[in-house]
Amino acid sequence: MSVMDLVSYQDALASYDPVMGLEVHVELGTRTKMFCGCATTFGAPPNSQVCPTCLGMPGSLPVVNAVAVESAIRIGLALNCEIAERCRFARKNYFYPDMPKNYQISQYDEPIAFNGYLDVEVDGGTFRVEIERAHMEEDTGKSTHVGGATGRIHGAEHSLLDYNRAGIPLIEIVTKPIEGAGARAPEVARAYVAELRELIRALGVSEARMELGQMRCDANLSLRPLGTTRFGTRSETKNVNSLRSVERAVRFEIQRHATVLGEGGTIVQETRHFHEDDGTTTPGRVKEEAEDYRYFPEPDLVPVAPARAYVEELRGTLPEPPRERRQRLQAEWGASDHEMRSAHNAGAVELIVATVEAGARPDAARKWWMGELARRANEDGVELSELAITPVQVARVATLVAEGSLNDKLARQVIEGVLAGEGDPDTVVEARGLKVVSDEGALGAAVDEAIAANPGVADKIRGGKVAAAGALVGAVMKATRGQADAARVKELILQRLGVSG
Amino acid sequence: MPGITREEVTHLARLSRLELKDEELDHFAEQLDAIIDAVARVGEIAADDDIPPTSHPLPLTNVTRPDEVRPSLAPQDALAGAPAAEEQRFKVPQILGED
Repeated sequence: MSVMDLVSYQDALASYDPVMGLEVHVELGTRTKMFCGCATTFGAPPNSQVCPTCLGMPGSLPVVNAVAVESAIRIGLALNCEIAERCRFARKNYFYPDMPKNYQISQYDEPIAFNGYLDVEVDGGTFRVEIERAHMEEDTGKSTHVGGATGRIHGAEHSLLDYNRAGIPLIEIVTKPIEGAGARAPEVARAYVAELRELIRALGVSEARMELGQMRCDANLSLRPLGTTRFGTRSETKNVNSLRSVERAVRFEIQRHATVLGEGGTIVQETRHFHEDDGTTTPGRVKEEAEDYRYFPEPDLVPVAPARAYVEELRGTLPEPPRERRQRLQAEWGASDHEMRSAHNAGAVELIVATVEAGARPDAARKWWMGELARRANEDGVELSELAITPVQVARVATLVAEGSLNDKLARQVIEGVLAGEGDPDTVVEARGLKVVSDEGALGAAVDEAIAANPGVADKIRGGKVAAAGALVGAVMKATRGQADAARVKELILQRLGVSG
Repeated sequence: MPGITREEVTHLARLSRLELKDEELDHFAEQLDAIIDAVARVGEIAADDDIPPTSHPLPLTNVTRPDEVRPSLAPQDALAGAPAAEEQRFKVPQILGED
């Protein structure tokens, strides 16, 4: 079903009220796995980070990673959750080769954190997303399907399993049903995942890079006729892996549900896959008896019972909530809502903060990151943070401009040099000979030459056509290879020709 | 005590990927029945509020390990017991059919 066959988004919202539930999995950035000491390095050769425990071999026993528990509690606290006095792990049984044990160790009826909320920013207002629970579990292995036309599981002849990822700690964060978002539901979904990602990063528990699968979102959606309270049947769109996709997937599902319901049909409760290329979803693999996981308490692990004093100690380590921090920075920087949102969306906030800490003025730091550097990042198709320039180097460039040693044009050349790997700003200035010519004698001589070489233009200026001075400024800038302060050059020209600017 | 049905045994067998013959279904239904009866007797006692539910015989909590890397198996050792391997990965039979 393509988007064209669906009722419009506006029409869908005219008849129905969307209800969402979002499940986000975060891979923790611990050095080792959840239940064994295997390393978690990304991109290691296949099956080089596995041991008897994460391979589910007989006689091996899991032992809980202390840092993973600490991270789970800190995430729970940052989400305003209550922390369980005592909780257990549970076995989730299923037969699928991505887990060699034939079960995943998770938490079932006793999550470590529950009953919280996260306030997110939409369209200038605040929307509170309530959190049902956050629990600890382990990631699965990675399958490669061989023999099918497109690497898909359907039609594959066999599959290959790399268990390096099996056992990496995961925190699953589940919202309560999100009601009342109305037409803003897709935006709320996106804003929630974005805010959560920033919170996770601020806590330092994971880099939460969605493109690497370190953070993944499942979006549940149902519609009910406007004015009614009973939830409709939901669909669950799995593994939506970018902020934009979260928004598009929810929007598509709203339109799809409305179309089916509008034709008198019924929604099938099923998992669905999202397709980045055209923004649609299709039915997923029908898991037979998907709900029949036969959970039972994990007999190989004892309960986790975080002492209250320990929980309070961890509460003391929480960072300033990202949303409050953004508001504070916006005030300190004197930025508008729009400028702040742009910086936020471009991933520039931390870079600007670091640049200011390195001595740049906030407006200069913002200007370089959101101007020249954003342009370069865009051209190269990389994130700002991936550019080969550090906040300290940007701060140095900004300082040189503030001192008058560089003008903007020269500063751009310095940045270009740094990005090209020519060294620190001062090295580039030195090597490329980039300094504003502030020697009045040298500048005066260049101005005199320009006047002498362009007598016609000089006459026009003497006759009062001050605008013509631009041509002479250009000549001087060319003669000084752009290293003069253009405003000062203009002043000197007008002075020499006896005209007041 | 209602007995476990053949249908339930069929369902469990399917979840466990076990292929059972008809006569085995009856046989296991009978055995599972006996097991459930035995467990139910424990349940009668545990129903007493004085006995908290327990998942572990040892009165321990918070057994953790520091987040320090320990040596893993060499890939060839990890794969040594695998029925089949390819590209340093465990090779498993077709998971899903065509449809």
